[in-house]
Amino acid sequence: MKCTRCKSRAVVDVPRANAHFCGGCFTDSYVSNLVLKAIKHDDMCSRSDRILVAVSGGKDSLALWQLLTDLGYQADGLYVGLGIGGYSDRSGVVCRDFAETLGRELITVDLEEYAGYTIPEAAKNKRRPACATCGLSKRHVFNAIARELGYDALATGHNLDDEVAVLFGNVLRWETDYLSRQSPVLESTHPSLVRKIKPLYRVAERETAAYCVIKGIDYVVEECPLVAGNTQMKFKSALDALEEASPGTKHSFLFGFLEKGKELFPPDGVELRACTRCGSATPGEVCAFCKAQAILVQITARPTVEVGL
Amino acid sequence: MIVKLRNPDRQLDLAGPLRVDALVKRCGLHPNAVLVIRDRDLLAGDDTVGDEDTVEIRPVISGGAG
Repeated sequence: MKCTRCKSRAVVDVPRANAHFCGGCFTDSYVSNLVLKAIKHDDMCSRSDRILVAVSGGKDSLALWQLLTDLGYQADGLYVGLGIGGYSDRSGVVCRDFAETLGRELITVDLEEYAGYTIPEAAKNKRRPACATCGLSKRHVFNAIARELGYDALATGHNLDDEVAVLFGNVLRWETDYLSRQSPVLESTHPSLVRKIKPLYRVAERETAAYCVIKGIDYVVEECPLVAGNTQMKFKSALDALEEASPGTKHSFLFGFLEKGKELFPPDGVELRACTRCGSATPGEVCAFCKAQAILVQITARPTVEVGL
Repeated sequence: MIVKLRNPDRQLDLAGPLRVDALVKRCGLHPNAVLVIRDRDLLAGDDTVGDEDTVEIRPVISGGAG
């Protein structure tokens, strides 16, 4: 099989584009152009912006950090240690080593020190799945640190498959509030909220993994031990079967929604105010993170920790 | 050939040669959900894995933004 672009030996098939690429054309042309297209099309950021990339040690976030840096953007990393035993230890090492190789700053936050609980401890709360608490905690910490340190945008490694799986789940359950908010850019709608961008939303999950292998990025392949069998994994598996039968299905589903479906779900217009405890944006008195933290600190029988660095 | 699978780590011993796309199907996996790697190099679907080769079939799906 020959590279569609330069006719040398191809190493990556991209059925959704009916193309095959050699390593160089795949990383430096195909993937780079998808990211640049996302940034330009959705007016995500400029090269004078300071961007904070949320990194986990996984393929998507490390590929994103590498791509933004290679494309000339000022991107630092933020790693949140979740306290998931050896998995978190290994992830932290990978992120620190990668930051050193990239020559960029890595900010590290330990969730236990910051919020008073670890994610395995959060799993003891039967009212909220561990993955939901993990997502809530990370979103809170990412935004708080980006705001405190004056970054212009927070970039996350959400790829095409992540966005399609979320859309699929929200459509299955007709979560109209979530559908109105699904976007590659989340503008700041409150002084406490930092703009959020997803520059990988046009790049498929298999493509970010292939990018890392070709670039020699040693990401954490091991899956989080708490994630096994979660709903998003099941959706992705079902969507992979559809994609195999009809390449391009995922792309059509997401971009059809963004171009034609999203306008059917206008924002609810709820006014946000500052959480009385931590100052983060919330429609109520106390934000979801502070509520969850209060419960978890009780469950773990730890003294209340004041939110902050 | 030795086929190393991940999450959880396990190993298969299969007879070669086999085309990469046939190997992935033989292992019951979706081609969209894995990469096949030999000596840190990616293999395309029409590449052949020899009887003496060792390859890794690496899953690419994760449960959140990695």
